[in-house]
Amino acid sequence: MRVLKYWQALSEGLVQAMEQDPDIFVTGISVDYSSGVFGSTVEACKRFGKKRIFDAPSMENALTGIAIGAAAVGKRPVVFHPRNDFMFLAFDQMINLAAKWKYMYGGNAGELPIVFRAIVGKGWGQGATHSQSLHAVLAHFPGLKVVLPASPKDAKGLTLSALQSNSPVVILEHRSLYNIEGEVSEEPIAVPIGKAEIVRSGSDVTIVAASLMVHEAKIAAIELEKEGIDVELIDIRSLRPLDEETILASIKKTGRLIVVDTSWEMCGLTSEIAALAAEKAFYSLKAPVKRIALANCPAPVSLSLENVFYPKPSTIAKATLALLNKSSDRIGNIDPEDTFKGPY
Amino acid sequence: MISGTYTKESASHIIDKIFTNEKASHLYRQLLWLRQSEETLARLYKEQEMRTPTHFGTGQEAVAVGVCEALECEDVVYSHHRCHNHYLAKGGDLFKLVAELYGRIDGCSAGRGGSVHLTAREKGFVISSAILAQTIPVATGSALAFKMDDKPNIAVCFFGEATCEEGAFYESMNYASTYKLPVLFVCENNLYSTESPLNTRQPEDTELCERARAFKISSEKVDGNDVYAVYQAASLAVARIRAGKGPFFLECMTYRWREHVGPCFDHEVNRTYRSKEELESWMEKCPVKKAASYLLRNEMVTKDELSQWNFEIEERVQKAVTLAKQSGWPKALELFENVW
Repeated sequence: MRVLKYWQALSEGLVQAMEQDPDIFVTGISVDYSSGVFGSTVEACKRFGKKRIFDAPSMENALTGIAIGAAAVGKRPVVFHPRNDFMFLAFDQMINLAAKWKYMYGGNAGELPIVFRAIVGKGWGQGATHSQSLHAVLAHFPGLKVVLPASPKDAKGLTLSALQSNSPVVILEHRSLYNIEGEVSEEPIAVPIGKAEIVRSGSDVTIVAASLMVHEAKIAAIELEKEGIDVELIDIRSLRPLDEETILASIKKTGRLIVVDTSWEMCGLTSEIAALAAEKAFYSLKAPVKRIALANCPAPVSLSLENVFYPKPSTIAKATLALLNKSSDRIGNIDPEDTFKGPY
Repeated sequence: MISGTYTKESASHIIDKIFTNEKASHLYRQLLWLRQSEETLARLYKEQEMRTPTHFGTGQEAVAVGVCEALECEDVVYSHHRCHNHYLAKGGDLFKLVAELYGRIDGCSAGRGGSVHLTAREKGFVISSAILAQTIPVATGSALAFKMDDKPNIAVCFFGEATCEEGAFYESMNYASTYKLPVLFVCENNLYSTESPLNTRQPEDTELCERARAFKISSEKVDGNDVYAVYQAASLAVARIRAGKGPFFLECMTYRWREHVGPCFDHEVNRTYRSKEELESWMEKCPVKKAASYLLRNEMVTKDELSQWNFEIEERVQKAVTLAKQSGWPKALELFENVW
C-alpha cells in the first residue's frame, strides 16, 4: 500500500471530507498561510480557496463561539489551533456550550457538528505553555469526543470520522508525529471513533498508550522482545469514548498493565485506565498497575531538564522489566535521537 | 420584507409603517403577552415547584418586542440568562416555556435546560445561555454562515450591559466588523449586574455606543422602555444590516423590576443596593403603560379594547400554565439521551 507522512494523511483526509461535504470550512490562526499548518492544509487551500479556508484573529474563545453559531445554522466548521494550549482560552465555548448543546436543549436545538484540530508540542525548549496535551481535561466533560491519532492511517481515518460526526470532536495531533510515515489507503476510509487498535499482540504484559507514546512503546516492545517479553500494545485512539472492552480483554489475557501518556498522571489518561483495571479487571491482575507519564512539574526549557521530564522508550522498557521482576541491566540506549528543531 | 439597498426613502417608509394602527396595536399586545406571562410565572414561582433559578425580565419587555417585531421569521435570535422575553417575542411557545420551568418532558428543552437554556429553533430563537457574553460570538457565527451562503437572514444577540465588560464581546465586535457580518448586537442596559451598579463596573460617563464605534460599528442608543422607539431603531438597523453594511450595536436603556434571580422585589427581601423609590420611578416609565397611553393618545384603541386584550391574554396564559402542569416528567431511563 502507498506510504504517506502523517501531515499528508491529515491533508488527504481533510480534502476528501471537504469534497464530500460543501458545508465544511476551516478557520483558525494561520490555516491559509503558504506553509499551511505544516503542510496539512496546503492542498485544501489550493482546491477550495479562501472562501472555505480562512485565517482568523487571535480570539480563541469567540472564534469557537463563531464556529458554534455557524454549525447551529447548518455549517460544519473546523477550528484549528496551532498549539492546543491556546484552547484554554476557548474552554467556555467548548465545554460550557459545545459539549452540552445537544443535551442541554433536549435535542431540540439540533446537533453541533464541529471539529477542533489542535497541535500538541514537545521539546526544543518550547516550555511550560507550549508542550502540554489537553486530552484529559477535555475528555472529562460528557459531550466532547477526544481523539489522538498516532499513525498516518488514523490521522486520515479519524479526520474523516470527525468530519462525519454530528457532535463536537477534538483532534489532538502531536507535532512530533507530523513526519512519521505509514501506509494509508487512497480511499476515504473513516476510522470509527471509540475503537482502540491492538498495534501488537502479546501475552506477557499490556501496554496502553496514545498518540506519540504508542511509538515510544513500540520501540520498547521491540527491545523487550529480545528479553523474551511478549508485549501487547494498545493504541486507545480516543480517550472519550474509551474502548474499555479492548483494554479489559487484553488485561484479562496478560494480567499486567502499564499505561503510558504524553501528559501527567493526576486525573489523567493513565489514572482513568488504571481505575478501569481496578474496577473491572482486578482479579485478572498479577501485579500492580504501572503508570508512566510526564514528571510532575510544568514542562521545563533547559535541555538537561527536558531530558528527565519526558518518558522515553527506555523508561517504558525498564518499567516493564521491573514489573516482571527482571533486571534491566541489558537495556542500552534505545531512545531515538530528538532531531526536532521546528518549525513550531 | 425589508431588503435590498438601504436609502433614506426606504428608511422613512419603515418609519411610516410603524404608526399603522394594526402594527402599533400588535406591538402593545405583544408587550402585554410578555408581561402577563412573566408576572404569572413570578407568582407561581413562589410555590417552589419550578426548581430552576429564574431571572425575571419584567420591565424590560419593550426591548424584546421592539427588536423581534423588526425581524423576519428566518432571522435568528440568541439570548442570555434573562431570556423569557426574547423567547416569547420571537414566537416561542409559552406552554413549552412553562413546562421547561416545571422540569417536564414537554419543556422546550425537554426538562434538561431550565429557565436559562431555552430554545425555539423552528421560530428562529436558537438558544439562550447562562454564561455572560457566551451567545455573542455564537450569533456572530450564524451571521458568518448566512454571509458565506449568501442568505438574506440576519442574526441578533440580546445581552445585558455587564456583558460589555467581558472579553468575548470585544472579540466578536472586532470580528463582525472586520468581515461586515449581518449581526445586530442588542444591549439591554438595565443599570445593574446582579447587585453591582454601573459605577463599580464602568468608567464615569461611559457611552457604550462609543465602544461600538471604536470598532467601526454603527450604533444607536434608545429609550428601551418605549416599544415604538425600539421598533423604529431596530427596523432601521435591520435594514442597514440587510443592505450589507455590516453589524449594528443598539443600546436600549431599561430597568429590571424584580431581583436579579427570583420572583421578589429587592425591597421585599431587604436588599439595599437600590431603593424602592428608584424602582417606583422606573415603574412610572413602565413599557406597557407607555405603549397604552401612546395608543390612547392617538386614538388607535379604546379603553374597552385594552381591557378586552388584557382579558384574552390572561386566558391564554392560564391555559398554557394549566397544560404545562399536566405534562409528564422525563423518565429516569432517558437520563443519557442526547449526550451526543
